Amino acid sequence: MKTPSVHKPMRPRWLHPVAWWVWALTLAAAATRVTNPLLLITLICAAAIVVAARKPDAPWGKSFEFFLALGAMIIVIRVIFQVFFGAATGNELLITLPGFSLPTWMSGLRIGGPIMLESLLGAFYDGLRLATIAIVIGAANSLASPSRLLKAMPSALYELGVSIVVALSFIPQLITDAVRIRNMRRLRGRSSRGVRAYASLAMPVLAGALDRSINLAASMDSRGYGRLNDQSRSERRIVIVLLLAATALIMIGLYGIFTSDAHPLLGLPALALGLGAALIAIWRSGRDRTRTVYRPDRWALPEYLVTVSGVVTLAIYVWAQARVGTNVSLWEQLHPALDTWPTLPLWGAIAFVIAITPAVTSPRPPSLTSFTTESQKAGATP
Amino acid sequence: MISFDRVSFTYPQANQPVLRDITLEITDGELALLVGATGSGKTTFLRSINGLVPHFSGGHLQGSITIDGRTTESYPPRELADLVGFVPQDPVTGFVTDLVEDELAYSMESLGVNPQTMRRRVEETLDLLGLADLRNRPLRTLSGGQQQRVAIGSVLTAHPQVLVLDEPTSALDPGAAEEVLAALHRLVHDLGVTVVMAEHRLERVVQYADSVLMMENGQVRNGTPSSVMAESPIAPPVIHLGRLAGWNPLPVSIRDARRSAGPLRSSLADQRPRLRVVPATTPLIARVTDLDIGYRSKTVLRDINIEFNAGEIIALMGRNGAGKSTLLRTLIGLHTPNIGTVRVIDIDPARVNAKELLHHVGLVPQEPSDLFEAHSVALECRNSDKDAGCEPGTTRALLALMAPEIIDSTHPRDLSEGQQMILALCMIVAAKPPLILLDEPTRGLDYPTKTKLADILRGLAETGHVIVMATHDVELVADLATRVIMLGDSEIVADGATGNVITGSPMFAPQVAKIMAPQQWLTVDQVERALNDIGQAE
Repeated sequence: MKTPSVHKPMRPRWLHPVAWWVWALTLAAAATRVTNPLLLITLICAAAIVVAARKPDAPWGKSFEFFLALGAMIIVIRVIFQVFFGAATGNELLITLPGFSLPTWMSGLRIGGPIMLESLLGAFYDGLRLATIAIVIGAANSLASPSRLLKAMPSALYELGVSIVVALSFIPQLITDAVRIRNMRRLRGRSSRGVRAYASLAMPVLAGALDRSINLAASMDSRGYGRLNDQSRSERRIVIVLLLAATALIMIGLYGIFTSDAHPLLGLPALALGLGAALIAIWRSGRDRTRTVYRPDRWALPEYLVTVSGVVTLAIYVWAQARVGTNVSLWEQLHPALDTWPTLPLWGAIAFVIAITPAVTSPRPPSLTSFTTESQKAGATP
Repeated sequence: MISFDRVSFTYPQANQPVLRDITLEITDGELALLVGATGSGKTTFLRSINGLVPHFSGGHLQGSITIDGRTTESYPPRELADLVGFVPQDPVTGFVTDLVEDELAYSMESLGVNPQTMRRRVEETLDLLGLADLRNRPLRTLSGGQQQRVAIGSVLTAHPQVLVLDEPTSALDPGAAEEVLAALHRLVHDLGVTVVMAEHRLERVVQYADSVLMMENGQVRNGTPSSVMAESPIAPPVIHLGRLAGWNPLPVSIRDARRSAGPLRSSLADQRPRLRVVPATTPLIARVTDLDIGYRSKTVLRDINIEFNAGEIIALMGRNGAGKSTLLRTLIGLHTPNIGTVRVIDIDPARVNAKELLHHVGLVPQEPSDLFEAHSVALECRNSDKDAGCEPGTTRALLALMAPEIIDSTHPRDLSEGQQMILALCMIVAAKPPLILLDEPTRGLDYPTKTKLADILRGLAETGHVIVMATHDVELVADLATRVIMLGDSEIVADGATGNVITGSPMFAPQVAKIMAPQQWLTVDQVERALNDIGQAE
């Protein structure tokens, strides 16, 4: 896939949130396949470049920094666990910590003792992989707020989606609350640092969150959330039967695929039938709702380009992994040995270039603040 | 439009009903104002109109409530969403989406309004409420008044015939409150929407009301504003002044009162208000010198110079976002100044440890419950004694003095807003800091609680504390403050004795000052004393 070198000048608009999430999730999927830190860093860079180019000037746009910090924390925790508890493998001894040996039946575990360079590096690579996944998801979160994603949700899944989005949007709110209440400890003459300071936050922060969620639920209820139309009861029964059948069929299908000696009909055909039933159930229960969508997001060329950029990136990684059997050096590129310096393969660089194309192929988000000042100026001088 | 037929309601596990045998009728196109003390059941009454009570809250409802032919018994709130728009007390917690436009469309999406109609109604509502400039803005970046208007707009797009609002202006500065009330006024007059609204700040709203529902012990008395207000214990200053002067009919608006006030003005022409004067030579408690504060590239406060002397009660006023809270937070060391110094007695609040800070300066935050962490009042008081390093029982004794009705076993979060404020104040005062700061102390407080709080604060000032409060409540300022500092555009706009600063301002002048202008009376109390003096002289 070659991305167009010149794109049409596009006026600012919101890119369809599904496109951003597909792009991010494919990058995350690519990250799960490798431990080569250079490849992982290209993925992080791709996410950062696109976020820098296209994040909106809105509160959720700032969440990327939080996810970067989260990523760093994941790496640190993973390495600390390795230092204190992980099995020591490798040859290069770094330092021997004081520790004691556990009984033989717990041989997989260890407390303290020798630290090997290789096991430390291995933990770092592994942590970096997890961090990359978190950071790439964070990129989607700041490019398209989760509640925009809701609009694209099929209406049968809408209620489920709302609960997920509400839960997601509570996390940043909890952090704001915790910071505020931690400050309040100082007003009571207590230190705002240390473990005890954080432990005593739990009650006020959770009580506040509970109050807020009750208020939100009341507000949504009084604004018509979850309205059904009249004939819904019999309709709903049909949908439930369909969904149960679909789940059963999908499970049988998966069983058929993963067990080699099962009847061939139990495999793909059952899976396809199950998925079909699920789709019909979703469609039927959607018919049941009265919901409409205000100014639905469009799916146009930029959406295709962004989605394709993610899918192609993933495809390159999958291709590399699939060819490991015939090309031994590829294994080294995906999972470098811990005693040599990792290298960045050419295909990784190509994937990087493709992964950052959304920075130019997607439209700019609408400006959220300058709009006001401009129109205020216009209003001030009639 | 709305009819209550012998309605009683009891919350689950409560032994007392909140609403008792209410029968009333609110006609189409009426603006009804619900008044009553904190805890008298106003919110329950409002929530019963759209069925949140009892469908959402649980509890037992007797009698029937009918809205335009639909009873709340058979229609849950979501089925009434096209008929009743409900705007909760804190609009921010009720927002479902991120952007103004999406929020306005949310109700219509749930109701299944077709896309063309939705588009048109959003545009109309943006214009009606003056929100057109804000259409793309994230909700969290709006000011309080703007958020409140979006919350009203978001239920209005569903074209409800009834609008129910729970304290729409109590968190707003006088200017923003005017914006919201003007929008409501327009809805009632141009669109014929029926509005039911609860509000503590009667001085802001009573002149707009067609009828007043007075709530007492779960029962409602219904009548025209002037007839209900004539006997109501909860009344704005204009009513108290009218009662004092014996005006009949009792005026409820400034305009009517001014027309009746001619004789009163001329009889008081030779009198001057008696003010509480702070002695000129009290010790200096705190000083702010050349203060500059900013976050990132934004300046919040610039060139601030203030001296705080013992015995003063200082009101910080100004628009939402003018920097009042930031100044308070700087005085207690939660912000470090970019330039300039802050000294409280001999310490820099940002540089000392929390223990020492506590004995120099205390802040009662906007949400007093942020300070609470224990599960009972008694435990909270014991912890507070420990924090302050004072005799066990100090906080509890203070609390018994200020609010004897609070019992030990209550959960601090179950106290009413006024009681929470007083408990937080006691916890701060226990450490005897010479400088006491309060952020919006009267938000959500009814008149009796406000009077009580004012007495407590006055007492503290007389014993040598400095009280600094950030507030929008002009009547409280007129009654209590000895000095007003007005902030605007990050700078001090005015700093001086209360009478001089607020009487000149159309936005911040109290009702009595507006009625008695050009004479500088601020409160009914001052007028009453002057009248007594005249009476004694004769």
